[in-house]
Amino acid sequence: MKTTRPLLSALTVLLLASAPAVASCAFENKVPVKVSAAAFPAWKAVTSAMAECGNVQSELSQEFQEKQAAGFAAKPSLYHIGGVANSSLVPLVNQGLVRPLDDLVARFGQKLRPNQLIRVDGKVVAIAMMANAQHLMYRKDIFDTLGIAVPGTYGELLAAADKIQKANTVKYPFGGTWKTTWLEFVNMYMGYGGEFFTDRVQPAVNNAKGVAALEMLKKLTAYMDPEYLVSDATYVQQQFQQGRIAMANYWASRAAALDDPKESQVVGKIAMAAAPAPDKGLPPASTLWWDGIVIAKNISDAEAEAAFKVALEGMDADMVKANASAAIWLIEGYAADKLAAGAQATAANGAKPYPASTQMGLMQKAIANKLNDFLKGGKDARTTLADIEADYRVLAKEAGLL
Amino acid sequence: MKTRALLVFIAPSVVMMLVFIALPLTTVFWQSFHVSQPVFETVRVENCTTSFLSQVCTTEEKTRPVLGPDGKMQMRSSFVGLSSYANVLEMGKAFAALADRNWRALMAINFWKALRFTLTFTFLTLPIVLLLGVTLALAVDSAARSLRGSIIFVSLLPFIITPVIGALSIKWLFIGDGILTSLLETWLQRDVAVFAQSWSIELIMMFYRVWHVAPFAFLIFYASLQTVNRDTLESAIIDGASRWERVRYVVLPHLAPVLVFVTLIHLMDSYRVFEEIVGFSSQAHVISLQWLTYDFLKPDDSGNRSISRASASAMLTMIGVVVLLAPLLRRTWADFRGSRP
Repeated sequence: MKTTRPLLSALTVLLLASAPAVASCAFENKVPVKVSAAAFPAWKAVTSAMAECGNVQSELSQEFQEKQAAGFAAKPSLYHIGGVANSSLVPLVNQGLVRPLDDLVARFGQKLRPNQLIRVDGKVVAIAMMANAQHLMYRKDIFDTLGIAVPGTYGELLAAADKIQKANTVKYPFGGTWKTTWLEFVNMYMGYGGEFFTDRVQPAVNNAKGVAALEMLKKLTAYMDPEYLVSDATYVQQQFQQGRIAMANYWASRAAALDDPKESQVVGKIAMAAAPAPDKGLPPASTLWWDGIVIAKNISDAEAEAAFKVALEGMDADMVKANASAAIWLIEGYAADKLAAGAQATAANGAKPYPASTQMGLMQKAIANKLNDFLKGGKDARTTLADIEADYRVLAKEAGLL
Repeated sequence: MKTRALLVFIAPSVVMMLVFIALPLTTVFWQSFHVSQPVFETVRVENCTTSFLSQVCTTEEKTRPVLGPDGKMQMRSSFVGLSSYANVLEMGKAFAALADRNWRALMAINFWKALRFTLTFTFLTLPIVLLLGVTLALAVDSAARSLRGSIIFVSLLPFIITPVIGALSIKWLFIGDGILTSLLETWLQRDVAVFAQSWSIELIMMFYRVWHVAPFAFLIFYASLQTVNRDTLESAIIDGASRWERVRYVVLPHLAPVLVFVTLIHLMDSYRVFEEIVGFSSQAHVISLQWLTYDFLKPDDSGNRSISRASASAMLTMIGVVVLLAPLLRRTWADFRGSRP
């Protein structure tokens, strides 16, 4: 997933695992299976569990998106299993490169939960394994000392940030992965109940909700590290671990790292809560993401069957038991711990799935192009939103949508 | 016979040029005037995604690309004239901003923002690189023979380091509470945030580029210094010329053609500044023309790319390089014509 990219994103991890089958796999796999997925801990856990079946070769890379579609388009496909997130599934489905899985699910997927089945046009195209969302993580010790209640809205969060800043206990009260400001805007705008499009493809962000979302982001920057525009997920992780920030709206998948005694100086001091809502009565300003697997279309049915069985072995209860804190698993046998509480509360409070689609990909780029000038003070909110819409139109015309 | 031998000798190089330069260039040129896009259809479909606890299904109208009988996306290609160029340049907006004398509005347009940085970067680093290169070369040339080897080795080190790695290491010295930022903070007794505004990032980028390419200039100048006419130098000393006068009237004229050469190379290279943007991850603050092309070309999360605009932007960069080099090339050409018997 793009947003969990480490600092050195070009770093490619190659896990070559063609060793003979070892225990804990229910069957011995004879068909060579190749996996392409992102390189973060959850994928490492799943692919090494797959490798136990034998003849599995995994290519984990943060640049997986750039080669996955091309690899799947080859005949035969260069990969059998693809690791995708809700956004990176879109190009594969658009180009017709993934295999409908309904019959394989019927034959082998008895243990799958219904909410693991991702359907497009009624057909199962992907099996989700984990969920992810940005939600509030905060330093419980600081909040307790200063007597601050957990903020449920951004108004309360700003008040809390102000109090923390005055108390001067940490360098910056608030942190965030604002290198991807587009996602911060998407989250906030959806929290205000905004819609991105009218008539499916016409942009519709230039409205009062858009202005409100922008103004709120601007207010938050006052409490952030001034280098917020270069701060990615790894940067925020280090800020937390080194005790330089008191709270952040941050990826659930990174929660375990904050409690890792090998890296973190704040073990046991971080608590999880739902993502705050922009205001009372509104849903949380966050979107729900998932990661899961797809099976390539351009391979033989026998290969697809082997790949599917291997994938299920990788995503079984044993793997979850061994890697319980690596992610918020959607897989049977997962017992939610305290690290998952924030993400679950965010979903329970009504956060929506990220609306991944072709036009949303374009919208995301348009926001990324135009938002930073507003945050840096070069443009007012209305001009920024008008510029986003104009940029989207250019992109959509070029892509053939308008 | 002579011409034939010449042809045979240059043939491989000509073929390579055609295949690896002329052909791609023609394709890019063609692409910048055309747009290829998938054919879309709108259908009512049921999609299901997951929240944490339940499955979320929605039935709605979706726009999706049409797949042809071969299972591939149906594409159509159309001639769009100069519209990709217009979309890169955004002249309407640029003129409006100029008419208002609104510099910030002009700098909000990606192309002009990138051009501003690219030109600043190119023309600020050029004199420093030349000066540093000449100074280093003169210094090494007059250093004791036994020291030269080690001095040359040390000064070449920055040139050996892979550009992206070099940029990353310098970024880590400064980003957040990096070592050098912390030092600056204790020294100045105030909060320093190098990556919070563009001028400080630009400064580091230029520092980095000079650090990285000055050894190249030094190497060329130093090599050229070895062929300075010693007799002329000696007679200059006998005539009572000071050290500065010897440099000014003997050494620099001798270096002139190499100065032009290093200038040419540096202009070409720095006009295509790219590694710095990626290495310092400065795209939120500072972008360059080459990075703009790359950004158009990079697929977004849903797999869309702006290939036509990327081509247009690449052509514009090439035109920029040609314009930049034209005066120098014309001079060299004139010298060449003049020196012919």
